[in-house]
Amino acid sequence: MTVFLILIVLGLLVITAWQISKIFQLAKTKKSESYAGVNDSRDNRIQGYLMLTFGILFYGFMIFNFWEYSKLYPPKAASAEGVELDTLFFTTAIVIMLVQVLMQALIFYFSYKYHGRKGLVAKFFPDHDKLEFAWTIIPVIVLAILIVYGLFTWSDIMNVSEEDDDVMVVELYAYQYGWKARYAGDDNTLGKANVRFIEGINSLGVDESDPYSEDDIVVSELHLPVGQKVLFKMRSQDVIHSAYFPLFRAQMNVVPGMVTQYAFTPTITTEEMRKRPYMLDKVETINTYRKKESEKLAAAGDEPLDEYEFDYFVLCNKVCGTSHYNMQMKIIVEEQDEFEEWLAEQPTFGETMEKS
Amino acid sequence: MSATANVMAEGQAEPEHKEHKQSFITKYVFSQDHKIIGKQFMITGMAMAVIGILMSILFRIQIAWPEQSQAIFSMFLGEKWAPDGVMTPDAYLGLVTMHGTIMVFFVMTAGLSGTFSNILIPLQIGARDMASGFINMLSSWLFFISCCIMLSSLFVQGGPPMGGWTVYPPLSAVPEAASGSGTGMALWIIAMVFFIAQSLLGSINYIVTIINMRTKGMTMTRLPLTIWSFLITAIVGILSFPVLLSAALLLLMDHSFGTSFFLSDIYIQGEVLAHEGGSPVLFQHLFWFLGHPEVYIVILPAMGIVSEVLATNARKPIFGYRAMIASLLAIAFLSTLVWGHHMFVSGMNPFLGSVFTFTTLLIAIPSAVKAFNWTTTIWKGNLQLNPAMLFSIGMVSTFISGGLTGIVVGDSTLDIHVHDTYFVIAHFHLVMGISAAFGFFAGIYHWYPKMYGKMMNKTMGYIHFWVTMVGVYGVFFPMHFVGLAGLPRRYYTNSAFPYFDDLIDANILMTVFAIITGAVQLVFLANFFYSMIYGAKAPKNPWKSNTLEWTTPVARIHGNWPGEIPSVYRWAYDYSKLNNDGTDYVIPGQDYIPQNLPQHDNEPEPEI
Repeated sequence: MTVFLILIVLGLLVITAWQISKIFQLAKTKKSESYAGVNDSRDNRIQGYLMLTFGILFYGFMIFNFWEYSKLYPPKAASAEGVELDTLFFTTAIVIMLVQVLMQALIFYFSYKYHGRKGLVAKFFPDHDKLEFAWTIIPVIVLAILIVYGLFTWSDIMNVSEEDDDVMVVELYAYQYGWKARYAGDDNTLGKANVRFIEGINSLGVDESDPYSEDDIVVSELHLPVGQKVLFKMRSQDVIHSAYFPLFRAQMNVVPGMVTQYAFTPTITTEEMRKRPYMLDKVETINTYRKKESEKLAAAGDEPLDEYEFDYFVLCNKVCGTSHYNMQMKIIVEEQDEFEEWLAEQPTFGETMEKS
Repeated sequence: MSATANVMAEGQAEPEHKEHKQSFITKYVFSQDHKIIGKQFMITGMAMAVIGILMSILFRIQIAWPEQSQAIFSMFLGEKWAPDGVMTPDAYLGLVTMHGTIMVFFVMTAGLSGTFSNILIPLQIGARDMASGFINMLSSWLFFISCCIMLSSLFVQGGPPMGGWTVYPPLSAVPEAASGSGTGMALWIIAMVFFIAQSLLGSINYIVTIINMRTKGMTMTRLPLTIWSFLITAIVGILSFPVLLSAALLLLMDHSFGTSFFLSDIYIQGEVLAHEGGSPVLFQHLFWFLGHPEVYIVILPAMGIVSEVLATNARKPIFGYRAMIASLLAIAFLSTLVWGHHMFVSGMNPFLGSVFTFTTLLIAIPSAVKAFNWTTTIWKGNLQLNPAMLFSIGMVSTFISGGLTGIVVGDSTLDIHVHDTYFVIAHFHLVMGISAAFGFFAGIYHWYPKMYGKMMNKTMGYIHFWVTMVGVYGVFFPMHFVGLAGLPRRYYTNSAFPYFDDLIDANILMTVFAIITGAVQLVFLANFFYSMIYGAKAPKNPWKSNTLEWTTPVARIHGNWPGEIPSVYRWAYDYSKLNNDGTDYVIPGQDYIPQNLPQHDNEPEPEI
């Protein structure tokens, strides 16, 4: 893979060098027909050919990118809403790639085909109403379809009501530099909270006097039951963070002074995701890389790296300070009964406060 | 001074105009001549660009080879920001923030629009100078002061701002939140106040000059597209920059004087702050109300320059002149209605997201029209492939590549996944950064003979173009995929946890291309300064262009034309126009008709 990349880079460099030498060769020839510094027909010809060469190379590079990097797109979305988003994305991607492929071809082909030469007369073509109308109206139609399609998906994803019985409410709490989560407990209602209540062990600022807070459960590893729609109520303690779940195609900023929300339904358990061919491949690639790094570290007398095992995560995706790059929380998606078992083991807010 | 010698269009008799005796100070430093002021913007902008690009190379090296000791880090960052040559996370964030600020505002706004508006407006509309030479001078020096203040933030205790160029509070407003949010942030705000002042002074001048001081016969529909784009850019600037000023001042209040416009309920370093009742989202609204029009302020002048250079060198009229003006107007109008697309996941009401998706995708229509019209302009041309033309064609290519992904990021649903990832970085660098830079280079190569009376070396120009063109796609095309993988921007290292370890090859590839692209800009700089002294003497009209600036003498004179200002009889795009019989060009053997030539007997009636 690296070798392939290096070859590509070398290939491009060789072409650059070839073209530079060509230009120097040209510069050595006898005096051109016009002023120094103004292009002559020789320049036009060489540059025209270079335009064509570049155009072809550019297509090669685009194909290489799709070949080599399209696998970087995360695996099938692990949430019901994410699947909708992906469908919209692939539709849009096909439309824009069609336009890209067509337009770039025209640009580089025209640049080559009509490079200036003696006797060539440019076509005096100042406007053409029908043509212009056509390429105004076609984007209008295509975009109208994409807009309408997009807005339906958007409202599907964003319109969530707390009142729905089948929604589980979870608070996601962000601070420099980490995440916590709070489950609503048996009453499915989160107790009130404000940063002014933060004291000692009560690091989320939950209001002790609110009866709803008694059975809340604060955790630092998020567990989610598969197939259950989760409504995240997000709070931040200090600056803006962003809860980014790339594998669920979900994201929402976490803003101090207000509560933001986002909902999705996890559909693939952690266990299942680990066994998917995509993930097996990815983990293997990463572990090969880590093994190499470990050897280097071992040679330098340092601790080797652990073997990587896949887990879902939420990342911070809004710059929030020094350790922004490492602000994350592990997420485990599991079957309903496993989830309930785990949740029952966690102490409630009331119990924790009593202990202290 | 001689600003009074401006002629107010409509064929007034030419007053006696004498070249004044000028000292070095009045001629080059406190000059009120638009050509010198344009060059001041250009040189200052280029100096800022060198700094901004160098910063990007430094942080690209950190991304490709994370947390490794590099001699280059020790050299530029010193022991404090790179102990033992390893860049600290704070230094990384500072570099990213300053790179964005410098490139967007100081290089692409002032450096591009300031340079070419100043140099070209009086020359292309047929005026002796700007409406107010003094205000113009003020604008140029405020820009310089602004640059100095902004750069000084690099050297204060705590370092430059570290919250990204968008400086969202509370991170930027609370000094405890990041080490750069103290003095560094205060300096950032003060620098921006000066910057906005210079931008407004400049814009007012451009508008007044274009509206009032056109020469006889230069109707609005005969203006070159460069002038149209500068006019619309200036109007957008006047409408949106004051909003940024208010945002900056309110932020300064929150930052330094304890108000709570943007702050509420904050607990930091073991203490609850007294701020109560403000909204961080309000700042985002104010910021992007400028911030989005700002990206069009950046790209519109480049579009104007490219339209002009493409038509001249294709030896063809620009295709759809009126559609080009209409699309400029449509883009400018819509640009003030789309700011919310930066905030789809900011926590604002999802209904607003729907509205902004709609307006955002609408803006793709005039942009598409422009791309199609440029492509048609080079169709069946007689393309003169000089460096300026190559950069213009390159700009059309990068504008399309980058513009298309705008349909992804502008769609509220898709933005959920790509927001603040490298996909966005790839998108706006191609569509705005690289396209504007290509417009800048096209402008420099094209008008250099006008500015310095010398030709630039074309061979070096070709090398500069090709390596840059290969390089920018090498950097930004793979970046889309890295973004789609879910890699967030502004991460100091991508290997703090293993999930993104498999992106390292792509990151190295991008960094290698970035270094090559950065390095080849030295060829441009060398060419620029070498040609100033040793370049071949330029003819009066080297590119056989129609516009008025090429009717002035090669030697720079105060007042632009030695005698009367030429009158205008036609639009700027009569290239390769054949006579009534279709036997030859209108002027036999000459494929262009300058704007100051009257209608020929044997010439078809103009359609416009």
